[in-house]
Amino acid sequence: MENSTEKNMEKNTEKNAILFEIEGLCKNFGDVKVLKNIDETIYKGDVMVVIGPSGSGKSTFIRCLNLLETPTAGTIVFEGKNITEKGYNLNFHRQKVGMVFQQFNLFNNLSVMENVTISLEKVKKIAPKDAREKAVTLLKRVGLAEKADAYPSQLSGGQKQRIAIARALAMEPDVMLFDEPTSALDPEMVGEVLQVIKNLAEEGITMVVVTHEMGFARKVASRVVFMDDGKILEEGTPEDIFEHPVHERTRDFLAKVIHVI
Amino acid sequence: MDILEIFTQYYDYFLRGTRTTILVAIVTVILGTVLGCAIALMRLSKIKLLKGFSRLYITVIRGTPMLVQLYIVYYQLNFISYPNGKIFGVALDRVIPCILALSMNSAAYIAEVIRSGIQAVDIGQTEAARSCGMNGAQAMRYIVLPQAVKNILPAIGNEFVTMVKETSIIQYLGISDLMYNNGIVITSTYNPLPCYYISAIIYLALNIILGKGLNIFEVRMKRSER
Ligand SMILES: Nc1ncnc2c1ncn2[C@@H]1O[C@H](COP(=O)(O)OP(=O)(O)OP(=O)(O)O)[C@@H](O)[C@H]1O
Ligand SMILES: [Mg+2]
Repeated sequence: MENSTEKNMEKNTEKNAILFEIEGLCKNFGDVKVLKNIDETIYKGDVMVVIGPSGSGKSTFIRCLNLLETPTAGTIVFEGKNITEKGYNLNFHRQKVGMVFQQFNLFNNLSVMENVTISLEKVKKIAPKDAREKAVTLLKRVGLAEKADAYPSQLSGGQKQRIAIARALAMEPDVMLFDEPTSALDPEMVGEVLQVIKNLAEEGITMVVVTHEMGFARKVASRVVFMDDGKILEEGTPEDIFEHPVHERTRDFLAKVIHVI
Repeated sequence: MDILEIFTQYYDYFLRGTRTTILVAIVTVILGTVLGCAIALMRLSKIKLLKGFSRLYITVIRGTPMLVQLYIVYYQLNFISYPNGKIFGVALDRVIPCILALSMNSAAYIAEVIRSGIQAVDIGQTEAARSCGMNGAQAMRYIVLPQAVKNILPAIGNEFVTMVKETSIIQYLGISDLMYNNGIVITSTYNPLPCYYISAIIYLALNIILGKGLNIFEVRMKRSER
């Protein structure tokens, strides 16, 4: 594991670079206030795990980061550029932010290989041959090289999600967003997906992960954020949050999700 | 039997009428599909004016009888100088406005079919495509439309079947389609019932053949998709 310590050192030297600077982020759906004035900074190399009760706004928060949701108010600065400014090129921003969905959302009309290559070819305008080569490498990385010619409908949930991760990695994003990547999976497939994500974290890839997998959060997170009712109530190292939660709400939530028999 | 007797004597009228009916139906469906695509795109666009126009268009077409539409198009467009000449013995300056009216009608229904076919594709597909950096048009072209087509084509096939039947109203503009020629045979035989039976059988046969063709086509599509 000397390799991974080397990577970790790299991670530490880059650590102070700010990736996302979020100020006063609000999101309303009609009259419903879903995000209420969120301030947050995400640094390069962070593995930020977002936890919190259902409906607390975790998905909305993470979707604001690649502007799948348009914030109602507030600013998000990404790598020094205000992406919430009117007229900012969304498609350009999204190339740098990989997204993995709870429901996988693989392109059903395309083979596994094409799922990975399509944005390389159509968005990055990379030659088909080079795109395929790159895709093969990525598929190997998620352990599914042999599925290149399969279609999404022929894959298990865990396989779909690993392909979705490969697809997002293809664009060489500066940060990966995961919105409950294992919640739609049968229990026996959760491990394989978490392992892939863990590997990425060890390689130093910056990520924001919404998850209910507390074991994963404890082991992999560099920072844990607890969201409740559209606000970030509390954040800190896994130890801070899991061993010494400050807020009553955090304690309640953890007591409910961590089952000690 | 009267039916056989009349058919053997007048089959020429029926068959020539059928030919016109088929021709008009084919051209109408093609034009209607093209026009329908345009209307559907307007309906789905973010530009308010286009959206409003396409909504109005669909409401008007669906809310008025086709025969009224046919006459309005015919008289409203009579300033156009259509090419002279005939096709299969049908005057172009009459059949063109008919095809226009039918296509405009069909376009409204096809537009709705296309719109709902596109909206039936899971929004997650678009979100994933946009998340990869594709713009709206690319997401539509590479991801959404290829999936929507599978919902849309069978419905357009149905529209084709409907059109074969609905073309019968063009007889009112004196176009010698199946129903018009059917009328001619009635006036010479004074025996309407067998004539209507013959026409019904022909329409039915056309649509059964068409339905079989569409079926084969659909099975092929399914096979190529997986
Ligand atoms: N598109 C939308 N339109 C209206 N309301 C929405 C929309 N998306 C989310 N909401 C509402 O916003 C609130 C927060 O939703 P969000 O999906 O962000 O929560 P979450 O923390 O991700 O919950 P979960 O753990 O169930 O995924 C919910 O009350 C939800 O009903
Ligand atoms: Mg959610």
